[in-house]
Amino acid sequence: MIPSDSVVMTSVDEVLSWGRRNSLWPLTFGLACCAIEMMATGASDYDLERFGCGVFRATPRQADLMIVAGTVTLKMASRIRTLYEQMPEPKWVISMGSCSNKGGPYWHEGYHVLKGVDRIVPVDVYVPGCPPRPETLLEAVMMLQKKIRVQESSMGLLGSLRKPA
Amino acid sequence: MSTTHEMVEGHLSQSLENLRTDELLLNMGPQHPSTHGVLRVVVVTDGEIVKAAKPEIGYLHRCFEKHSENVDYMGVAPYVDRLDYLASMNNAMGWAIAVEGMVGIEVPRRAEFIRVITAELQRIASHLMSFGTYGLDMGAFTAFMFGFRDREMILDIFEMMSGARLLYNYMWVGGVSRDITPEAIAKTKSFLDYFEPKIDEYNDLLSFNKIFIERTKDVGVIDVETCHSYGLTGVMLRGCGVKWDLRKEVPYSIYKEVEFDVPVGSGEMGTLGDCWDRHIVRMREMKESVRIVRQLIDNIPAGPHRGKVGKVVKVPAGESFSRTECPRGELAFYIVSDGSAKPFRVRCKSPCFLNISTLDELTRGVMVADLIATIGSLDIVLGEVDR
Amino acid sequence: MTFEEIHQKLVAKFPQAVQGIEETAPEKSLKIHPEHIVAVIRFMKEEMQFETLGDLCGLDYPALPASCVAYHMQSYAHKKVVRLKCYLPREGASIESLTSLFKAANWLEREAFDMFGIRFNGHPELRRILCPEDWVGHPLRKDYQTPDYYNGMPVPLYFDNQDESTAGNAKT
Repeated sequence: MIPSDSVVMTSVDEVLSWGRRNSLWPLTFGLACCAIEMMATGASDYDLERFGCGVFRATPRQADLMIVAGTVTLKMASRIRTLYEQMPEPKWVISMGSCSNKGGPYWHEGYHVLKGVDRIVPVDVYVPGCPPRPETLLEAVMMLQKKIRVQESSMGLLGSLRKPA
Repeated sequence: MSTTHEMVEGHLSQSLENLRTDELLLNMGPQHPSTHGVLRVVVVTDGEIVKAAKPEIGYLHRCFEKHSENVDYMGVAPYVDRLDYLASMNNAMGWAIAVEGMVGIEVPRRAEFIRVITAELQRIASHLMSFGTYGLDMGAFTAFMFGFRDREMILDIFEMMSGARLLYNYMWVGGVSRDITPEAIAKTKSFLDYFEPKIDEYNDLLSFNKIFIERTKDVGVIDVETCHSYGLTGVMLRGCGVKWDLRKEVPYSIYKEVEFDVPVGSGEMGTLGDCWDRHIVRMREMKESVRIVRQLIDNIPAGPHRGKVGKVVKVPAGESFSRTECPRGELAFYIVSDGSAKPFRVRCKSPCFLNISTLDELTRGVMVADLIATIGSLDIVLGEVDR
Repeated sequence: MTFEEIHQKLVAKFPQAVQGIEETAPEKSLKIHPEHIVAVIRFMKEEMQFETLGDLCGLDYPALPASCVAYHMQSYAHKKVVRLKCYLPREGASIESLTSLFKAANWLEREAFDMFGIRFNGHPELRRILCPEDWVGHPLRKDYQTPDYYNGMPVPLYFDNQDESTAGNAKT
């Protein structure tokens, strides 16, 4: 128990990243089958909220995490790019499922499937599986939190850390 | 000399005469929490009134029909799973039955029992999802949580049987991929005992909730004539009072040996064929599914779980149009074979595709909030709409 | 009502429209002359209790060569589905639209147009439904070539000139 009159010394980066990684607000953004597993992760049995990541926002302007859950088609690709650009910095992307990683089972004849969402937005964590289990998504969220922890999160530096889209 | 009050009144009446409303073009989706996926609806509104709601689809067009022309008959099954990803078992069963019908494969009785049990459990899971998300659309978050809680139990059973949670690849041509284990049977039984009283609880919680009834009654009304014109099947058709269920009328598999009722809408709360009727048909179908599984789970005959089928299924040249009753309506596969290892053409007639095409007609002149209620009651899965 | 009865009834009413039976096991198909398809389907809907258009889809036969439209008429009274097939020239295929008879035909015909390029005369808004509006080609035709790029986005997973060893099934 820390006495109430004590002083904690830390860096600005540490405080910022502490706040960011423990209150990730994902965008309500389901594309296909994986979205059902994403919903299951947020629902009663798996409860994403435990990791400070359950406040699904319906608008990109309030979200800082985009979970691309499902097959990205060419018709949808430009919309995803728009949604990503509407999100305020700092923002992160989890690519959930084989389809958004590399086209999944639709890689061969999928004339209308984008083979990997990383062709349009930068991805931080790839989650394999078709569809990934909710535990896998939880692991991905924790991995992202680790990544945010080691990122230097001062505003000026942030831009240079992120690879350009 | 007029008073200030009179001046204001005069000004108001004057401006009201000149007041004219503009139509507003509203883009709903593809990213919208109530469109159940990546559906885009172009809504023309006049204030709160919906003048037109044109659905734009294709945001999840994953080229199913092209893929199925390039893999063999067994290889299509995983893609079929991904059509209606909330009811993979039913889809896969439809595909298996279609191919077996063309080749003339006899399915072992044990496999038929396992198939119907899993298909009915999947129907419950799918309707639970519909119940949950419809509740969510109507602002009832508890329904979503309860629906998912019970759905997880079914997924656990499926995981014991097939090893996967959502997309199983369980129903193969000629039978099922793995045998049902005694543990899975025991778990299914305990689930049925747990779940059957829950349906009534959920009805009390949501279906007969005053707020929910007010939101859904007399909304999205469709009559039989329109249903036939749009080719609607399944819950949409039963919701307006037509007792038509393929499992009963054109029975496949072992459905003629089991007893069950076909619940239909009756306009209890408002007009016949409104959103509430469709919702209650789904809730009552869950009860019937429980009844079917109860009849089968104790009597699974011994024997092989898969018939004698080679690694590559040889389908003779021909054409077949085979329908099965999925949770969302009649799913049909039209297979054209030229005798080679791969299908010449596979056409998936998806019930959701036709269901969503009615949206414009159902929602003309309603309030914007009723548009959400109507989309929710159609219970579409975009994977199947766009294929 | 068996398939033969339906066939006889249609032949009696439209002798020049019914071109014969296709022996497509396990179910037979009726070959209908494209010019009379709307009349035949109207007759089936109004006189023979085939209330619903179960399905409408295109087919592409490069060997014949022909395009084809397959109609599945569905009857609740007879508990039956009957398939009617209309063969059209492969290039520039066009056929009368069914939108005056069935509202379902609107979207189904749009899909057949999108996938096969079959034009439906009299359709209120014949435009693409699944593919984007600016898509080139009709994907389910057998001679369809997947484009390399769409709006600046590469479509195949690997290109031929990329790493040969990872190419696997070559270009998509």
